[in-house]
Amino acid sequence: MIDTANTDLALFKKETREWLIANCPESMRQPVKNGFEEIYGGGRKAEFISEDQKIWFERMRDKGWTAPTWPAAYGGGGLSNAQGKILKEEMADLGCRAPLWSFGLMMLGPAILHFGTEEQKQKYIREICRGEIWWCQGYSEPGAGSDLAGLQTSAKDMGDHYIVNGQKVWTSYANKADMIFCLVRTDNEVPKQRGISFLLIDMETEGVSVQPIKLISGKSPFCETFFDNVKVPKENIVGRVNEGWTIAKNLLTHERTTVGNLFGSILPLHEFAVEAVGMENGKLADSTLRPEVARLMINSFGLKYAIDQTMDMTKAGHQPGAKSSFFKYYGTELNKDRYELMVALKGYEGLQWGETYEEGKLARDMCRTKGNSIEGGTTEVQLNIIAKHVLGLPIKK
Amino acid sequence: MALLLNEEQEMLKTSAKEYLNKQAPVAALRFLRDANDKTGYNKALWNEMAEMGWCALTIKEAYGGMGFGYVGLGQILEESGRTLTASPLVSTVLLGATLVELGGTEAQKQALLPLVAEGQLTLAVAFEEKNAHRPLAVETQAKVDGDDIVLSGKKVFVLDGHVSDKLIVSARKEGEIALFLVDANTPGLSIERQIMMDSRNAATVSLDGVKVKAADQIGDQSTLEKALDIARIGLAAEMLGTTQEAFERTIAYLKERVQFKVPIGSFQALQHRAATMFSEIEICKSMVLKALQDIDADSAELPVMASMTKAKIGEVIQLVTNEAIQMFGGIGMTDDEEIGFFLKRARVAQQTFGDYNYHLDRFASLNGF
Repeated sequence: MIDTANTDLALFKKETREWLIANCPESMRQPVKNGFEEIYGGGRKAEFISEDQKIWFERMRDKGWTAPTWPAAYGGGGLSNAQGKILKEEMADLGCRAPLWSFGLMMLGPAILHFGTEEQKQKYIREICRGEIWWCQGYSEPGAGSDLAGLQTSAKDMGDHYIVNGQKVWTSYANKADMIFCLVRTDNEVPKQRGISFLLIDMETEGVSVQPIKLISGKSPFCETFFDNVKVPKENIVGRVNEGWTIAKNLLTHERTTVGNLFGSILPLHEFAVEAVGMENGKLADSTLRPEVARLMINSFGLKYAIDQTMDMTKAGHQPGAKSSFFKYYGTELNKDRYELMVALKGYEGLQWGETYEEGKLARDMCRTKGNSIEGGTTEVQLNIIAKHVLGLPIKK
Repeated sequence: MALLLNEEQEMLKTSAKEYLNKQAPVAALRFLRDANDKTGYNKALWNEMAEMGWCALTIKEAYGGMGFGYVGLGQILEESGRTLTASPLVSTVLLGATLVELGGTEAQKQALLPLVAEGQLTLAVAFEEKNAHRPLAVETQAKVDGDDIVLSGKKVFVLDGHVSDKLIVSARKEGEIALFLVDANTPGLSIERQIMMDSRNAATVSLDGVKVKAADQIGDQSTLEKALDIARIGLAAEMLGTTQEAFERTIAYLKERVQFKVPIGSFQALQHRAATMFSEIEICKSMVLKALQDIDADSAELPVMASMTKAKIGEVIQLVTNEAIQMFGGIGMTDDEEIGFFLKRARVAQQTFGDYNYHLDRFASLNGF
């Protein structure tokens, strides 16, 4: 008997590969050197950094492959998960960069597909797939970091609209963004998690102002965003009033779906090490850092296998909840160690402070990784969650 | 291949868990230790294990085995690691039979493997000479004397060396490492048990002009290296079981032990360390399964995988057994409490087939740095 599903997938794989080879410009198949700046983010004010970037984005957009597995009816690619996986693998294999990367794709889109109205899906999902709107995220506040549910930015019901007042912090790229998705307080009289709503606000509305934040790494995409009597239409609420916390939690559990490896291929750590310090008698010239390189590589492989395993569990219909609970903690700590090690391998050269990779961007990047274990739930919060919800350790009264 | 056990492997694991918990719990090891048992394992238990087919799992059907693969054996080893069960599984099945299958002639395989599969023959591989794992530092000599080979030298840390029917000995023949099958009662062979901290079996083997036939050669350096890689992964599975059991006992204790009127597990200082260990163990679980699958798939990456896995589990078992004692506190220091047995088994297993540092170094070399 012929397995038609597998035959179709094999054909899809072949055609996809051929299409990618024919349509992905050579320069879009080179590893990224300067991080997010080299990946197209879209938006009203967007500019392409090269003709190739524009061609690559437009070709992928026209196939719906900026969001390959989202419904075609809203501008996505309409691919099955199996096809999406093949596309991802082929792109990784060819070293293709992501054609588009945005908070819309990563965060907001899945939430709107899940909780949004038909009108919201028609409008926002299409805009996200086509890279027309740059979204930023307004969650944290100066007084609400790890205790996010303690947020105070308020949206007052004025009948046909809301009036928003307050301040958000760590709103990445707020100075470039067209729209912001926010958690706002819509009820002060109930337990804190139950009085939060999920609201979409146009950054061009009167009363919205933005102030960039300079980080220890130098320049940064982060901003503070202020709301001073900002008028927001009622239809901009996603889900029900006071349901925002559920949406925010759901949004964080979404698999971070990006198309292909974001930055193309990454230089393996041992190759970086050999390039940095050279070899001596068949071994890495730095005998102290050599086992450290091996240790981090082993932990990276370990994390990869654990992630692979949860994907296999999901495919087989099991809930990998507990298994995936440590990925954020482990991955971010590993990334911090990795950058510390790269700086150590580079020695004085690794400490140079410059704008580009060649001028010494490594030290900046290393500083930036310190935020990995703070943003999106600190390492300590992650460990609390594992201790209480996975290991069932008692909560201290 | 999906990183999951199939139904048969799951069933094997479950039945092994039930059997070992009932018939060979940690108390059984304590009993062997306190009785100064000369054999060092329970032969009746070993016979039952063989009857259940555990000795036959990895041996091909053509040689009386089940051809079930190393993922299967790994599940048995993992469960026996939880109960710290002393048996010749590692010496005879994991290392010995694997080596015979890889390096044996057809006649040797026909002669030895069916007996191993039935539990009628135990094997010990004598390959260590140094004070740490250095399988290629072989000084034992194999002198060719007509049809005979004459073996002279000294081997250390031979697992189950004093209770095995046959030994497989590494020696240099014309400068090259070769392996020879030696009957345990061959003249010139003297075997002395070494008492180890884990109460499991190891022995020193001296060879003083031990005569074997040229036809008794059973493989060469590459046989030994591949068999060791497989054994490293199998032992990692056993260590994973030991690690998980020590961890789970510790978590249970954190919930039960009350100080300052609250369970000590409510203290964040302990919770975060527990969560860290959980994460490291999850990494090991995925890695060990991947490595076991790689054996069955005859992956070309096996050496890298073996070193990666043995290094990682070595690191994590040390962390977990140390934290276990610390979190059990004073009671963890007593011989009455079983948690100390886990630390003692861990340290020996860590050294066996190469410790953390050995395998980090080998991992680096295999990756060209």
